[in-house]
Amino acid sequence: MSTKTDKIDRLAELTAQQESSSGASLWREALKRLRASKMALVGAWIIAVFLLLAIIGPWVAPYAPGQQWRGEVFVNRAEFVGARAENWFGLDHLGRDIFSRMLVGARQTLLLGVVSTLIGLSVGALIGSFSGACATLGGRVGQRIDSVVMRCIDIMLALPSLLLAVSVAAVLGQSMTTVMIAIGVVQIPVFARLLRGAMLVQGGSDYVLAAHSLGIRKRRIVLTQIMPNSLSPVIVQATLSLATAIIEAAALSFLGLGNPDSAKNPEWGVMLTQAQNYADSAPMMAVYPALAIIITALGFTLLGEAMREALDPKLRG
Amino acid sequence: MSLLELDDVKVHFPVKKGLIFDRTVGHVYAVDGVSLSVEEGQTYGLVGESGCGKTTLGRSVLRLVDITDGSVNFDGTDLAKLPAEEMRTFRRRLQMVFQDPLGSLNPRQNIESILSEGMAAHGIGGTREERREKIRDILAKVGLPANALARYPHEFSGGQRQRIGIARALVLEPDVIICDEPVSALDVSIQAQVINLLEELQESLGLTYLVIAHDLAVVRHISDVIGVMYLGSLVEEAPSDALYAEPRHPYTKALMSAVPVPDPEVEDRRERILLTGDLPSPANPPAGCRFHTRCPWAQDTLCATERPALKDVGGGHKVACHFAAEIAAGTVERTAASVVPATREEMADRVVETPAE
Ligand SMILES: Nc1ncnc2c1ncn2[C@@H]1O[C@H](COP(=O)(O)OP(=O)(O)O)[C@@H](O)[C@H]1O
Ligand code: SF4
Ligand SMILES: [Mg+2]
Repeated sequence: MSTKTDKIDRLAELTAQQESSSGASLWREALKRLRASKMALVGAWIIAVFLLLAIIGPWVAPYAPGQQWRGEVFVNRAEFVGARAENWFGLDHLGRDIFSRMLVGARQTLLLGVVSTLIGLSVGALIGSFSGACATLGGRVGQRIDSVVMRCIDIMLALPSLLLAVSVAAVLGQSMTTVMIAIGVVQIPVFARLLRGAMLVQGGSDYVLAAHSLGIRKRRIVLTQIMPNSLSPVIVQATLSLATAIIEAAALSFLGLGNPDSAKNPEWGVMLTQAQNYADSAPMMAVYPALAIIITALGFTLLGEAMREALDPKLRG
Repeated sequence: MSLLELDDVKVHFPVKKGLIFDRTVGHVYAVDGVSLSVEEGQTYGLVGESGCGKTTLGRSVLRLVDITDGSVNFDGTDLAKLPAEEMRTFRRRLQMVFQDPLGSLNPRQNIESILSEGMAAHGIGGTREERREKIRDILAKVGLPANALARYPHEFSGGQRQRIGIARALVLEPDVIICDEPVSALDVSIQAQVINLLEELQESLGLTYLVIAHDLAVVRHISDVIGVMYLGSLVEEAPSDALYAEPRHPYTKALMSAVPVPDPEVEDRRERILLTGDLPSPANPPAGCRFHTRCPWAQDTLCATERPALKDVGGGHKVACHFAAEIAAGTVERTAASVVPATREEMADRVVETPAE
């Protein structure tokens, strides 16, 4: 683990160095343009509300997530309790307050999205940058290494993501950590390919050739020229991945691999999959978590797309 | 001895195929045996159609592409055999100006960073302030305002970007600058300015140039010697004036016949040579004379079977054609199909296409 953190640290350090020596105003300008973008604004607001809920949710929820109203919901007779003054979103199949569970669940959902994306991003970026560096500066041996690594990544990519996640979950056993790792692992090949692909594109560009002709060392070219120019797709992808991670978690819990302790720790994905069983008699039970997931995913997607635009130096006015 | 001497330089790019591991299935003979020498303080102009290997040849001098065979002697050192790190330090003395001014500048670096990076790599210029002083000096030389330092490449016009590219080469105080189609991406109105700048810099700094162009007009005035390239090798080389006065190789004749003459009288009578067919693929070059598939003078003997060497025909004029003497004397005829009477209407569609890349 320590070598990994070392590598990520070094990466962060070097990109930071690049920013301070030359690209500073460019990133600053990107931020400025991001602020001016309506898309980014909407996305940022949605995410801000989501974050706020994740933080204060458990405290403002009117009821405990596990609290049950007995004798009101009869699943086998298809009798459910809809929205009412006491329970704003109604009760679920076990007679629990959906509104409270949504509020409390925001935190779990956010944690899941962030942690799994971080796993995918960090591992994927490491593999991708390694492979990309090998391919762009390693000569024949490097290209060999790169092609071996990429074939492995391709195999991972070729597996259906759910199958991959299920295999990971099967090995690790049922828990929240499992879900995070499983979804993180699924994202690894995406990030790796993305970064490596971007590095190859940049590596073949004229300005990199120009840097070579100036007599700049290869390692420095990779770190100060190729890497900073390859990062923006990865950053954008990370934002977009937060959205898919939440949805994939829902799929995993549908297969019974999600959070085992869903009574006390509700999570939107789990709530959605549970609600599917009662879609005929209580459709609203699915609508609330589904809407919440869609809106949140939309928020991240909007921000991601806005970032993609803002980070594109060619669009700068 | 000349400052820069290329001897039988070959650059063959392997063509790879394969599902898991790449196999070499053939080669692109981009540069296939070029020898030329550039005298100190002079300009060597290299012309030829797109895809004939000019860029590759220019890059091979700086070892930006792997040299398959041959030697590149620069000031007494064979660059082709130099270890990588030594080659890196030699790059200070051999610089390059690129065809695409914007693409060759990192969009995330400001001008100061772009210009100081090379100095840092070679440990020249001392402190940051000293470097900045030097950069300001160079910026003035290439005609850019001093406030350009903190700005980014996209904020400049095409001509200014090329000036930045030239400045980037100049800060290292090189002996030789290889200019790969330095103006072909620029507006016609800007081209002359940049060419003039290159000339002025050569005069004041004593630079040696290898200028690459696909257009004879660009190199005509600045070159001392011009080499004409076709499909990976030189077909003719001569002092600029001699080449214009009397092109000897059929390919050069065709290239020249495509350049309009300002005098309408002459223009009307000008003989034009039509080249049939496309440029053959450098992955599968024709046997014998590379030009025989399109040559209007191609003969039944020799042309298709033996590759002509670049031979001196007097006065430093070198031609790679078996029948150079006969063509000059008019004892061999060219095929009728290639003779095109010149009309002004035809001016628009040029005989030899020289598309910009
Ligand atoms: N890296 C490369 N790999 C394979 N083929 C290449 C490579 N670079 C150039 N070529 C090929 O070599 C030939 C010469 O290209 P180039 O030197 O760019 O020509 P020019 O500059 O005269 O237009 C072209 O056919 C081109 O496709
Ligand atoms: S050798 Fe033959 S084919 Fe080649 S240029 Fe001369 S006449 Fe033409
Ligand atoms: Mg070229």
